[in-house]
Amino acid sequence: MIKYFLIVNKQGQTRLSKYYEHVDINKHTLLETEVVKRCLSRSNEQCSFIEYKDFKLIHRQYAALFIVVGVDDTETEMAIYEFIHNSVEVLDEYFSRVSELDKMFNLDKVHIILDEMVCRIVETNRERILAPLLILYVRNQAW
Amino acid sequence: MALTVVSQIFPREMIPAVLPLIEDKLQHSKEIIRRKAVLALYKFHLIAPNQVQHIHIKFRKALCDRDVGVMAASLHIYLRMIKENSSGYKDLTGSFVTILKQVVGGKLPVDFNYHSVPAPWLQIQLLRILGLLGKDDQRTSELMYDVLDESLRRAELNHNVTYAILFECVHTVYSIYPKSELLEKAAKCIGKFVLSPKINLKYLGLKALTYVIQQDPTLALQHQMTIIECLDHPDPIIKRETLELLYRITNAQNVTVIVQKMLEYLHQSKEEYVIVNLVGKIAELAEKYAPDNAWFIQTMNAVFSVGGDVMHPDIPNNFLRLLAEGFDDETEDQQLRLYAVQSYLTLLDMENVFYPQRFLQVMSWVLGEYSYLLDKETPAEVIAKLYKLLMNDSVSSETKTWLIAAVTKLTPQAHSSDTVERLIHEFTISLDTCMRQHAFELKHLHENVELMTSLLPVDRSCEDLAVDASLSFLDGFVAEGLSQGAAPYKPHHQRQEEKLSQEKVLNFEPYGLSFSSSGFTGRQSPAGISLGSDISGNSAETGLKETNSLKLEGIKKLWGKEGYLPKKESKTGDESGALPIPQESIMENVDQTITKKDQSQVLTQSKEEKEKQLLASSLFVGLGSESTVNLLGKADTVSHKFRRKSKIKEAKSGEASSTHNMTCSSFSSLSNVAYEDDYYLNTLHDRGDKELKTFSLNSELLDSESLTELPLVEKFSNCSLSTPSLFADNSMEIFHPPQSIAASVAKESSLASSFLEETTEYIHSNAMEVCNNETISVSSYKIWKDDCLLMVWSVTNKSGLELKSANLEIFPAENFKVTEQPGCCLPIMEAESTKSFQYSVQIEKPFTEGILSGFIRYHMMDTHSAQLEFSVNLSLLDFIRPLKISSEDFGKLWLSFANDVKQNVKMSESQAALPSALKTLQQKLRLHIIEIIGNEGLLACQLLPSIPCLLHCRVYADVLALWFRSSCSTLPDYLLYQCQKVIEGS
Repeated sequence: MIKYFLIVNKQGQTRLSKYYEHVDINKHTLLETEVVKRCLSRSNEQCSFIEYKDFKLIHRQYAALFIVVGVDDTETEMAIYEFIHNSVEVLDEYFSRVSELDKMFNLDKVHIILDEMVCRIVETNRERILAPLLILYVRNQAW
Repeated sequence: MALTVVSQIFPREMIPAVLPLIEDKLQHSKEIIRRKAVLALYKFHLIAPNQVQHIHIKFRKALCDRDVGVMAASLHIYLRMIKENSSGYKDLTGSFVTILKQVVGGKLPVDFNYHSVPAPWLQIQLLRILGLLGKDDQRTSELMYDVLDESLRRAELNHNVTYAILFECVHTVYSIYPKSELLEKAAKCIGKFVLSPKINLKYLGLKALTYVIQQDPTLALQHQMTIIECLDHPDPIIKRETLELLYRITNAQNVTVIVQKMLEYLHQSKEEYVIVNLVGKIAELAEKYAPDNAWFIQTMNAVFSVGGDVMHPDIPNNFLRLLAEGFDDETEDQQLRLYAVQSYLTLLDMENVFYPQRFLQVMSWVLGEYSYLLDKETPAEVIAKLYKLLMNDSVSSETKTWLIAAVTKLTPQAHSSDTVERLIHEFTISLDTCMRQHAFELKHLHENVELMTSLLPVDRSCEDLAVDASLSFLDGFVAEGLSQGAAPYKPHHQRQEEKLSQEKVLNFEPYGLSFSSSGFTGRQSPAGISLGSDISGNSAETGLKETNSLKLEGIKKLWGKEGYLPKKESKTGDESGALPIPQESIMENVDQTITKKDQSQVLTQSKEEKEKQLLASSLFVGLGSESTVNLLGKADTVSHKFRRKSKIKEAKSGEASSTHNMTCSSFSSLSNVAYEDDYYLNTLHDRGDKELKTFSLNSELLDSESLTELPLVEKFSNCSLSTPSLFADNSMEIFHPPQSIAASVAKESSLASSFLEETTEYIHSNAMEVCNNETISVSSYKIWKDDCLLMVWSVTNKSGLELKSANLEIFPAENFKVTEQPGCCLPIMEAESTKSFQYSVQIEKPFTEGILSGFIRYHMMDTHSAQLEFSVNLSLLDFIRPLKISSEDFGKLWLSFANDVKQNVKMSESQAALPSALKTLQQKLRLHIIEIIGNEGLLACQLLPSIPCLLHCRVYADVLALWFRSSCSTLPDYLLYQCQKVIEGS
C-alpha cells in the first residue's frame, strides 16, 4: 500500500506531498526532511529502494526533482518504481515538458492527476487520467 | 470529485448515510464515475468491512464491468477480501485467470499499454490475487498454471516494468501449489535478476531469492557467488537484503560466519530500526545454532553491547533463562555459566568502557547467581566490582537495583564484608525509596547471617519453591488489623454492589488506611495468586521491585488439577513468601525504622494477605451474610415481580399454563441472581482458595443462599429444588430446568391433545372456551410460533354419540390471511373425544385488535347437521416477535427506516429504572432487548411475517422517551399504543 507521495527538489524543499495514511501534520516536515536526506545521500550506482523505519522508500530522480514514494512491504518495489515514471509521463503530457515551476504554479492540477492515479495504483491509462482535468479546464475557459 | 474525496477522507460514522448514493453510482453510465464509486466502496471496506457486507454481490458486478478501469478498481477490494479469507472466493479463480489471460494476451485497448506492456499494474494485481487464492490448494492452482506460464513467457521484454511483473510471477509461482516446470522457469528468472548488473534488479532478485529459499534452499547454492559478492556490495541496502537472505538459510554449520557478517553490519549501521531488527535475529540464531559456549557468550556480549537499550526486552530475558535453566548436561551448564562470569568480570575490569544498562543488568544477575563457580576470585572482589559500578553516576537506578540484588546474593558467601557495610551505609540514606528499601533488606539480612544463608542458597535459582498462596502466615497480621477496628476487606465488585443497592451496610470511611489499602485491590488481577504480578500492579510496592524484575527469569507457573499451584523461583520466594516470618519481620522493622510511607506499604502488602485470608476464613462468613443481604434486596424485587405475576395469573385463568412464560421470566431473573452468586463464587474461587476446605465453605455459603431463596420460591417447589442443585453444580444450564418445567406445565394444560407436546417449544396461551352447546365445546389456544400465529381450536365431543364430518371453517377477515393446516376436516369424531384444528394466521396489515370468527359444523348420528359459531380476539401483539439483531445491525436498520414516531411516556414508580421498564416491554410485548447503554436502551421486534420495527428508549427522571422506527408506516403507531398501555398500565 502506498503511504505517501512526495515531490522534492534537490535543495530538499518539498514541492508536493500527499499522504494516504494519517500522519500527524506536525510530523510531516520531520519525516520529509529525513526522507529527503536519505534520498539525496544515494548515488546513481546505488539502488533506488531504501528501507526506512518499517516501510520502504522508492525514489527516482528527474533532473532536479526527486519523487519519493513510501510503501509498506505489500507492494513490489519495481512496480512502484515504474509507476513513478508513469506519473511523470502523465504530468509531462499535460504540461508538455513538465518542470518544477509547472508543478509549483499548478499544484491543484497535479493533485487532481495524482488523485486519479493513486489510492492504490488505480489508473495508469494516460488519457483517462487526464480526462477529468481536461473537462475542468475546458469549463474554466468557458467561464 | 465528491467521490474522490469520499475515497480519501471519510469518517466511518457517515458511511450508512451515503452508502445508498454510492451504490446508485455503481450503475452510472460514465465509467469514471463507476470507478470512483468502486474506490469509495473500497475505502469503506477498509474502514468498516461489516457495513458493506451486503453489497459484495455488487463488487462481483464491478468485476465483470465492461470497462477495464472499473474492473481494475474492483480488484483492490478483492485483493483485500481474499487476503482475509481466501477460501470464500475460490470460485472466482476462473474469472481472474480469464481476465489475466486477456490482459496478457493484449486484448485490452492499446492505450492501456505502458511501454508496450499491456496494463502492467493490473497484471501485478491479478498475479497477487492468484497467489493468494492458490496457496496450498492444488485444484485452484492447476487452473493457473497455464496463464502463469504465459505471463512468464510474455514478460521477456527488457523493461523495468516487465521485471516487476516477473517478480510478481515468481512470487506467485512459489506461493501456489508447486509445479516443477514453472518452478524451473521461475528459478531461471531469479538467476537473471540476481546476475543483472543493474542494481535495482539485483535487489529484486535478492528479494525473490529470500522468498524462494524458504522452499528451495538448493537455489541458494547456485547463486552462492553472487550472494557473497552482494555481501560486500558498497550499497548497504543490498547488504541488508543479503543478510536477510542469509538469515533464512542459517544452519548449525554456517551460523558462525553468518552471525559474524551480521555483527559487522551491525557495527556499521546507526539506524535504530535496523539495529533492533538485526539484534533480534542474531540472538535468535545464536540461541538456536550456537556451536559452543564461548562463541555463544561472546556473541551475546556483542549483541548486548551493540543492541544496548533499544533491543527487545525478551532477548536478555531469554538469555538469562537459558543460563539459569541450562541444558540437559550439567557440566556443560556449569562451563557456560563459568565462562559467562569470567567474561563479564574481564569486561568489568576494563576501564572507561560504558555498557548499556541492559547489559549491566544481565551482568549483575549472572555475577550474583554464579560467582561461586569462580575459584580465583572471592565473592568480596566481585562485590567490590559491583560496588564500583554502583557508585558510577551513569548507571540508572533500575540497574542499581539489579546490582544491589546481586550484592545481596553474594553477601552470604563473602566473609569480609567491609564493602557491604559501606554500601549499606551509603544507600540507606539514598533518596530513591526503592534503593533504600533494598539497602535495608540487605542490612537486616546482613545482621542475621544464618537466615541469610538459608534464604539465599547457592545455585538454586531454578528450583521451584512452593509458595503459600493463601498467605496464611499473615492471618495474624490481619486479625490484628481487624481487632484494631479496620474494616474487613471486601472484593471490589462487592463494594460496588453495595453502593448500587445503596444500603449502608458498613461504614468504612473512618478507617482511611484500610480503605486505601483495599483501594489497591481494585487494581489487582482477580487471579491474585501470582504474587509477582500483584506486586507489580502495586505502585507503592517499590520495595519488592527486585523481586519484580527477577521474576522475569525463572518463574514457572504450574497448573494442577486443583487449581493452579503458584511456584516461584526461590529468589522471589525468599523475598516475598517462601519464608514468611522473616519477611514480615523485615517489613515491620523497615516500617518502624523508616517512614509512614513504608507503613502504608506494609498495609498494601498486607492487603493481599488480608484479602486472601479473609476470603479463606473469617470474612467469608461476613461475605456470606453480605451477599445474603444483597440477595435479599434483589430477591425482594424478584418476589415482588413474582407476586405481580401471580396476580395476573389469577386474573387469567388460573392454570399454570397461561403464565408459564411468565414463570420462565421470573425464573430467569432468579437465575440471574443465581448467576451473580455463581460469579461471586467463581471470583472468590479465583482469588486463590482452591483448597477443598474453601470449597466446602463455598457450598456452605451456597446453602445459606439457597435457603434464603427458598421461601421466596416455595410456590414453585420444584423450582426451588432445582436451585440448590444448580448452585452446587455451578452449571451454566440454569435455563434448562425452567424449560422442562414449562414442558411439564404445558403437558398438564394441553388437555391431552397430542400435538401440543410437539409445540411446547413455542409459547402458547391457555385454552379459552369460545363456545359450547350440549354436544360439543370448542376451546382455542394461540400458539406463538416463530413464523406465524398458530390458532388451535380443540373440539370436544361431550355427547356419547359419534359425530360425523365435523368441519371447522373460518370466515375470511380483512386483516388476516388464514391457512388451514392439514387434518381440518374430520370424517368421524368419536364420542367423548377431543380433536383439534390448526390454522396458521398471518397478518396482512397492522391493526390493534381484530376478530377472527368462524363456525363449526357437524353431523350427529341422526344426520341432522348443526352449526356453532365462535369468534376469537386477536391483538397485534400476537404477531409481534422479538427480532434478534446486534447493535450494529440496529444502527444500520435504524438509518434505513423512514417512518418514525416519538412519544414520551410517564412511567409508574415500580419501574422507574430503565432495565425494569425494558424488561416489562420484553415480557409483555415480546420485544428483544439489544443493548442498554447508560440511560438508553435499544429494542427490536418484528411484525410477522417480516416487518421489523426498532425502538430506542431514553429515560430521564420518570419519563421514558420512546422512539420507534420501522419500514411500515402504521406499525410504529400501533406499537406505541401498546407500549403506552403496558408501561402506564402496570
